[in-house]
Amino acid sequence: MKGAVERVLRPEEIPQACDDLMKAGARLQMTYAWFPEPGQSVEVAYLAVTAPHEPFLFLRCSLPADSPHLQSLAPQIPLLGWYEREIQELCGVIFDGHPEPRPLVLHEGAHPSMPPLDPRYQPDEMMPFTSEPWDRPPVEGDDVQTLPFGPVRADVLESAQIFFYYIGEAILHCHPRLFFKHRGMEKRFEGTSPSLGVVLAERISGVDSIAHSLAYCQAIEAACGCEIPERARYLRTVLAELERLYNHLHYFGHLCHTTTLKVGEAQGKLLAEQSKQINGMLTGNRFLRGILKPGGLRRDLDLSTLPEMLNRLQPEITTYLRSMEETNSHLDRLITTGHLPLQTAYDQGATGPVKRASGIGRDLRGDHPYAAYDRLTMNIPVRTEGDAHARVQIRMEEIHESLSLIARAAKDIPEGPVSSEISYVSGGEGLGWCEGARGSTYYCVHLDDAGLLARVKIKSPSFSNWRVFPLTVHDTNMMDYAINEASFGLTMAGCDR
Amino acid sequence: MPVWTLYGIRRGIATTSWPKKDGAVAQPEVLGLPRYHADRCRDNCRACADVCLPGALSFESCQTGERLALDYGKCIGCQLCTEACPNDALTKSNDWAFGVRNRDDLIWAEALKSPPAEEVTRKIQKYFGRSLHIRHVDAGSCNGCESELQALNNPYYNLHRLGIFFTPSPRFADLLLVTGPVTYAMQGPLRETYNAMPEPRWVMAMGTCAVSGGASGGGYSCGHGVEEFLPVDIYVPGCPPNPAAMIHALLLLLNRASQHVQGGQVAH
Repeated sequence: MKGAVERVLRPEEIPQACDDLMKAGARLQMTYAWFPEPGQSVEVAYLAVTAPHEPFLFLRCSLPADSPHLQSLAPQIPLLGWYEREIQELCGVIFDGHPEPRPLVLHEGAHPSMPPLDPRYQPDEMMPFTSEPWDRPPVEGDDVQTLPFGPVRADVLESAQIFFYYIGEAILHCHPRLFFKHRGMEKRFEGTSPSLGVVLAERISGVDSIAHSLAYCQAIEAACGCEIPERARYLRTVLAELERLYNHLHYFGHLCHTTTLKVGEAQGKLLAEQSKQINGMLTGNRFLRGILKPGGLRRDLDLSTLPEMLNRLQPEITTYLRSMEETNSHLDRLITTGHLPLQTAYDQGATGPVKRASGIGRDLRGDHPYAAYDRLTMNIPVRTEGDAHARVQIRMEEIHESLSLIARAAKDIPEGPVSSEISYVSGGEGLGWCEGARGSTYYCVHLDDAGLLARVKIKSPSFSNWRVFPLTVHDTNMMDYAINEASFGLTMAGCDR
Repeated sequence: MPVWTLYGIRRGIATTSWPKKDGAVAQPEVLGLPRYHADRCRDNCRACADVCLPGALSFESCQTGERLALDYGKCIGCQLCTEACPNDALTKSNDWAFGVRNRDDLIWAEALKSPPAEEVTRKIQKYFGRSLHIRHVDAGSCNGCESELQALNNPYYNLHRLGIFFTPSPRFADLLLVTGPVTYAMQGPLRETYNAMPEPRWVMAMGTCAVSGGASGGGYSCGHGVEEFLPVDIYVPGCPPNPAAMIHALLLLLNRASQHVQGGQVAH
């Protein structure tokens, strides 16, 4: 695996190796499985971050295909819990001793003929499905009421079901049922040419098109040993920051909607619209799609008018953010709402602004620079309060930081080509990463003998943060739920894939 | 709170004058679906179909051998074909108003068929006059369509001014607006939402995924669009359709705008 230091282990050595990593201060990021030799073996891989500027660690172990078993690490490393369940359902590896032995990705009633990510599973074979009751942990007690909310929710929202157990106004427990939108996108990459794969990566989560396509392109470039030109590095940085900008602005519009600050909502959504229009003028696409490719960019961009357009927007943004911070009725709803303690954030795998609001000052842009981030200095805002207001303040500072990064990148950008020749190496493997608006995004790609995609694993920030979010809902009240959810800035499409 | 009232007043009106007045309809720089110039297309060249992930471009046999078949209902506007075509037979364009009443109108045809029937829409006008209430269901989108649907209610597009509203309950909805290719898990909720709507009711397939499955259709967990499950009245391809295209399609349903695309060709 290019882009990481690799260790090949025997299955029984994995628990000890992960335990040693934890004790040395490393944090596991994800685990996934794939089929290097379909019908013969399954390989399970673990990705870990040790320290800033240190290479990523990639542990891999091979299991026999006829009875693939591994010990579950979720009791010690809770953030791996969802990944193990996903592997169990999609790749057929059994994790012994898993603390949550319930379906996660594939709903009850879905019965694929074999694990769908096995390459022998036909790409166009719809799995049989009959609706069966949801197997959720029981919550019982006098006066406990239940409220199933979704999957079709109010307004224009993505599909998800939240099941509340509550007494009066107090929420005892909330159990989300996600993956209604599971499209099997990782399977879709199978057998596709790496140059077409970018079109799929852009459509994992529409509002994170750049984060996903950038991590994907970097993974392919790592696998194929391709260096991209300097100008492409700067342009990718500008695009990534433009994506952060419109996402964060929309975040504030939506947050004001939940705290019923109507003018704040209108202004946030208007600024997001203006930001999207700038995207459209610059690249021809409001979501910045159709511009990245493995090896660089599909065409050069003219940045000459960009600083001026953003300069016009900047004073409006500044006034807007300051006004929100001066509105007591708005702040009242945010301060102490949805508290996420540091230890929980760390153990359960929180990422992005959510993690930085709970005191974990990590950001891939600074810690493991890609594109042109090592050529541009930047501040990583951190808060320790861990409440909705802290998550808001992190994003406010990130908006200012993004505007400054774009201005400096547009000034320093060198002339030159925007793409390099890339030839797809047969059997190549690469890791790519990106700190998107919602947090860390990783892509692991494996190419087959013909240089086509054999396996693409996507670690999306919303998958991580959806695991964490319900833990901040327990013991709160109904009135705060929508505000708390908005303060996390989650997407369903990225989580469900 | 008075601070915000003043803030709003000072900010002034931000809404576009479109569609009342022509012109300011969002952004001319934004690329739409590619334009096909059949006269420039050469035989024995498959450059465009080779880079078309969702299969919008394919080849069908005809008397003279093979000819290109183009289905805008499958196009995700990735623009790869415009870059691959050696003869400029497919070019970038800003054609965006692709809402149609018949699915066939998204398939490129050499000769135009007869104009689409107006019957359905006349009935709609009789029932709803000029107002419309929409229930949106996300049946497995990438959230690009949701992002643009949410933009309809921002001050720039301000959908309310046209008498069109999103409503939380299907009981009050006239139109079911569906995004996504319809995943196995959303089939049930989608059907239940439709069944909860009072008649007469209409269905709009919003975005290429909802029209045909697009980049995500098929596979072990997705269908190929809404049509497999519900009768569709308006198809709107685009990945995602821009907000102006969404508004145009809603006005088309209400017979307050005309259809621009016929036989896969845009009227200019």
